[in-house]
Amino acid sequence: METIELDYPARYSVPRRVHVGVVGSGDLEVLLEPSADLRAHVLINTSVDGFGVVWRNVLDRFFERFEGAATIEINDFGATPGTVMLRLEQAAEALRS
Amino acid sequence: MNIAVAPDYRRFLARSSFIEMAARERARAILDCGSFRELLGPFDRIKSPWLPMQGIVAQADDGVVLARGTLDGQPALVAAIESAYQGGSMGEVSGAKIAGALELALKDCENGRPILPLLLLETGGVRLQEANLGLAAIAEIHAAIIALRRHVPVVGVIAGTVGCFGGMSMAAALCSRLIVTRQARLGMNGPEVIEQEAGIAELDASDRALIWSLIGGEQRHAVGMADQLLEDDAAAIAAAVRAAFALGLPQLERSAQAERFVARLARIDPQLSLDGEALRRLWHGAPT
Repeated sequence: METIELDYPARYSVPRRVHVGVVGSGDLEVLLEPSADLRAHVLINTSVDGFGVVWRNVLDRFFERFEGAATIEINDFGATPGTVMLRLEQAAEALRS
Repeated sequence: MNIAVAPDYRRFLARSSFIEMAARERARAILDCGSFRELLGPFDRIKSPWLPMQGIVAQADDGVVLARGTLDGQPALVAAIESAYQGGSMGEVSGAKIAGALELALKDCENGRPILPLLLLETGGVRLQEANLGLAAIAEIHAAIIALRRHVPVVGVIAGTVGCFGGMSMAAALCSRLIVTRQARLGMNGPEVIEQEAGIAELDASDRALIWSLIGGEQRHAVGMADQLLEDDAAAIAAAVRAAFALGLPQLERSAQAERFVARLARIDPQLSLDGEALRRLWHGAPT
């Protein structure tokens, strides 16, 4: 089990909290809520060690398009990068709807 | 699936699968539209302190969704177990969430404010990593169901495909009314456990047809262990839950009929191998 923390700049505050996903095999849950400052903070708890670079790549790509000031907690149970991105996009979409 | 032999395929295609829903969606699908209000949700982060110590990532709601809402306008409490997280297992926190919610519902019932308690059961039973703490919570759930069902029917749903096992199968058996689908399973020991302990000659856990013929929803309904057998259809299950509450308290709970079930067991010859069909025949017309 490994914990990874990442920080990103943001341009607008997010209006509410969003929860998506399950900590099931090959899946993850995302808890997204407004952050206190105008930055995005990501905390990743993952069951699979040694993939810090991959996590950073996936989150870097997500934050190229997402500019909300959100605190995001990810609880991961071995999701592939594709699944991680889908869950993050799902959370961003739920925020808009 | 051969459409030619399934003339009602349009109905099949139109229905919304309950089994495919996660616990939170299931609770929403059953409660009156717009009435869902979650208690101790994921952002409260009441999660297992024990799993991270064992290198396992904890889910923020510990796999149990508690919701207040209404069923046909009447106050209701739903406890839905998320089977994808640790097999829907009952740990200290997830078990305490259900037990605590049922105990609060009991207080309301005692104070003249009846609340309809509904359990959406999808669980392998106790969470082995939390051992006795989970078992203690399951015992509290049992006690709360027995206390509550004096006031209001306690309705359980096992939709599948995990099913309901271990101590939580006893919780299912204690429910005033139990609704199952064909995909559900209900049993004390799961097939994998039986295979591991007694050997593959005793039970091949990978033989799905065999497993479901023994402990599947259809069989459990046929031998009187469940009250209603439904298709995997969220709307049908939501309607059946309302109907189960509308029937009021049963005359005699299943778990209050110990003699009847002991007499049934006495008719089984353990020397003979018994399949699901034979059990139905043996128990058909059993004293009720």
